[in-house]
Amino acid sequence: MTLLRAEDLDCRYGLLQAVRGVSFEVTQGETVALIGANGAGKTTLLRAIAGAHKPHSGRVVFDSADVTSLPAHRRVSLGIALVPEGRRLFPSLTVEENLRVASSGQGRWNVPSVLEVFPLLQPRRHMAAGNLSGGEQQAVAIGRALMSNPRLLLLDEVSLGLAPIVVDAVYRSLAGIISEGTTVLLVEQDLARALQVAGRVICMLEGRIVLEGEAASLDRDQVVSAYFGLKRPA
Amino acid sequence: MRVQRWTRTSKLFTSATVAIAILLASVPLLLEADLVQKLTNLLILVLLAAMWNALAGYGGLVSIGQQAFIGIGAYGTVFFAGLGFSPYLAMVIAMLVAGVISIPISFLALRLRAAQFAIGMWVIAEVASILVRLDQNLGAGTGISLIQLNQYAPNFRQAFTFWLALGFTVIFLAALFFLLRSPLGVSLQAIRDDEDAARSLGVHVAARKRLLFVLAGFGCGAAGVLIGANTLFIEPGSIFSVQWSAYMIFMVLVGGLGTFEGPILGAILLFGIQTTFTQGGPWYLVGLGATAALFALVLPQGIWGTVEERLGLRLLPVGYRVVEMKSEESTA
Amino acid sequence: MTFVNAVVQGIFLGAFYAVLACGLSIMFGVMRIINLAHGDIAVLGAYIAYVIVQGTGMSPFVAFVVALPVMIVLGYILQLTVLERSLKAGILTPLLATFGLSIVIQNLLLLRFSPDVRSLGGNAGAVTTSSWQITNGLSVSALGIVILVVALLVFGALQLFLSRTRAGWRMRATAEDADAAELVGIDSRGVYARATALAVAIAALGGLFLAIRSVFDPLSGPTQLIFAFEAVVIGGMGSLWGTLLGGLALGVAQTLGAHINPEYSALSGHLLFLAVLVVRYGGFRVSLRTAR
Repeated sequence: MTLLRAEDLDCRYGLLQAVRGVSFEVTQGETVALIGANGAGKTTLLRAIAGAHKPHSGRVVFDSADVTSLPAHRRVSLGIALVPEGRRLFPSLTVEENLRVASSGQGRWNVPSVLEVFPLLQPRRHMAAGNLSGGEQQAVAIGRALMSNPRLLLLDEVSLGLAPIVVDAVYRSLAGIISEGTTVLLVEQDLARALQVAGRVICMLEGRIVLEGEAASLDRDQVVSAYFGLKRPA
Repeated sequence: MRVQRWTRTSKLFTSATVAIAILLASVPLLLEADLVQKLTNLLILVLLAAMWNALAGYGGLVSIGQQAFIGIGAYGTVFFAGLGFSPYLAMVIAMLVAGVISIPISFLALRLRAAQFAIGMWVIAEVASILVRLDQNLGAGTGISLIQLNQYAPNFRQAFTFWLALGFTVIFLAALFFLLRSPLGVSLQAIRDDEDAARSLGVHVAARKRLLFVLAGFGCGAAGVLIGANTLFIEPGSIFSVQWSAYMIFMVLVGGLGTFEGPILGAILLFGIQTTFTQGGPWYLVGLGATAALFALVLPQGIWGTVEERLGLRLLPVGYRVVEMKSEESTA
Repeated sequence: MTFVNAVVQGIFLGAFYAVLACGLSIMFGVMRIINLAHGDIAVLGAYIAYVIVQGTGMSPFVAFVVALPVMIVLGYILQLTVLERSLKAGILTPLLATFGLSIVIQNLLLLRFSPDVRSLGGNAGAVTTSSWQITNGLSVSALGIVILVVALLVFGALQLFLSRTRAGWRMRATAEDADAAELVGIDSRGVYARATALAVAIAALGGLFLAIRSVFDPLSGPTQLIFAFEAVVIGGMGSLWGTLLGGLALGVAQTLGAHINPEYSALSGHLLFLAVLVVRYGGFRVSLRTAR
């Protein structure tokens, strides 16, 4: 069943159009990767879905309900959670406080189960989040989003600024989360990883969707030319 | 397209302004002392509004303490007149002293961010007020009169004071006008819009702000001098009162923050309100405060700012306009 | 001995300033807004307590408890009407809007009550008048102790709230990153409203203490605001315990100044404030850094 549907979304920053007429669907249980060059509109799109950016026009439909005018914090209780670009943890709160402040109450995810998926955080449980390393912060950020027991998990550039070996660890944990059935829509700069983890791929360029398809069936050249806009008329 | 400074409207208006200034100069010769005193008050308000706007509108500096310089100007006059200078000379000296004092103050004040700057200036005004209160020679808490002005007959005194007020107002408005038309003026606009971006382009933000701060120091000092001369009696409670800041904020917010003509409009409005509600009192102040707050929240560009935006009108050629050229005019 | 007395009295005075400053500090910490009407809100609280006391004859402390819900509602109204809009508008707007509000409150109070000073010192009973003579030059008043204890309790309770409760974590999270807070399900509007209500309630407590230990009139607000702000700045903006220490430092500075000459009281506080600004922002910082 369709969990998320974006209908003709148009998102702007003043006069700058970041997302132009974007429409797509995400089925429950899917993992979709959103790829594209910097400035393609991916972060803005995720933020619009999460409720942090008000679209100029268009609709966001979640589980058959129009949530376009719903503020971000209400969407969290409906089941949408965004791990924002740059982690954005609360620096003076400890790891545990960062997790618990986002807690939804009941559900599969709570502090113990999150720490199980990210065991590296166990010894850091009472450390202020501002003192953690990049990889640890990313783990907390993902864990924090999980604490609301989301049905749709949005991830914005989790590999940004992290060493490859750390990214491997993050993606291993992610695989575990995905295997439990959470629907995931993730933005990823690293093409290889995106194609590896996702079932479906959407490529954006200058605010529009230029390519969409099953990760397995797309060939690399197709993706690269869509990514860089190589086949466009001059 | 071409870039234009003077439009027909602004050419008309600027000539009109010069004519008005000349006309105003003849006021003391035409009207009685009473009215002349009132019009002097109007000029003082225009000066105060223009100076506060220079700080907040062009420099992004919200000060709730300009009354410090007002008081320094007024008490400075008393001090120098007491030393034996002729009263009107004492006034000019006092104005200069107020401005000069603003220079060292600027080195501390301008390092402060928004709220700290605002209240910091207020504290400085309070300190000035307390220091005056402690000085018996300046009348301490009860106040002091500018008795040296008694040597002039009331009509002459009022006329001289008016001309001094007109002179100060014209000078400071002209200074601000030419400042804004200069390359300095454009960089001020840039600072107001985005300070960090301006700095990264090489604009000396600190120096520009200091210039505005010191100009306002001189200007508010001049206003203080005039207030003292116009009312003859000053006491620390009222001359250093934060009420002056309230008036300045009202005039500029309602008139139009960041525009050249707005503060003048605001001053005329406040003058009108003050003359109509001569009893003054709390209701009138409630109205002022509520109006200022409302404008801050709902109509931040003020009356003139809104008019300017809607009609594309600019009476004084302070900015630039990009104009579409008619096809016969284009050279492409 | 009288020097020690001055310091002790300064601590009591400082505790009062700390309570006044607490609300200002909360609003700045959570919303980065300096509410220029803060002093007037404290005075408004004093007047509400005064009216209740005059009407019912109950003790001012009880009257405060009755006045509290009224103040809290006013706090919510303030947030939703004036402050919320100011937050989105820019840095200048909150200053200008709250300044206008300050004028409005002062003059509405002036219209309703005359310019005469009032006090609740006479109604507070033995607390206002008792004191203990410790030694020849040192006396300690019951009221001073009460205010000091209450100040410590208020700051302590706030500390516990912010560090141990989920609502407190939400407030800190919103203060640090309101956008990210929204993304994890925190209603930032609600947090802001609660912070304002809290600030207003504690301001009213400050007003109560002002009424009991001294006199007040409709125009007393700005003086309280200046002292509250000085306390916040001296202690370090954004630090809760700093505000308490700043208040104490301000109180001691004032009483020590008064010790030299009664007219130097407020001036000493202002000079301490300006000195702190000079040291913190005056460029000496630069040389301190390079000296390391």
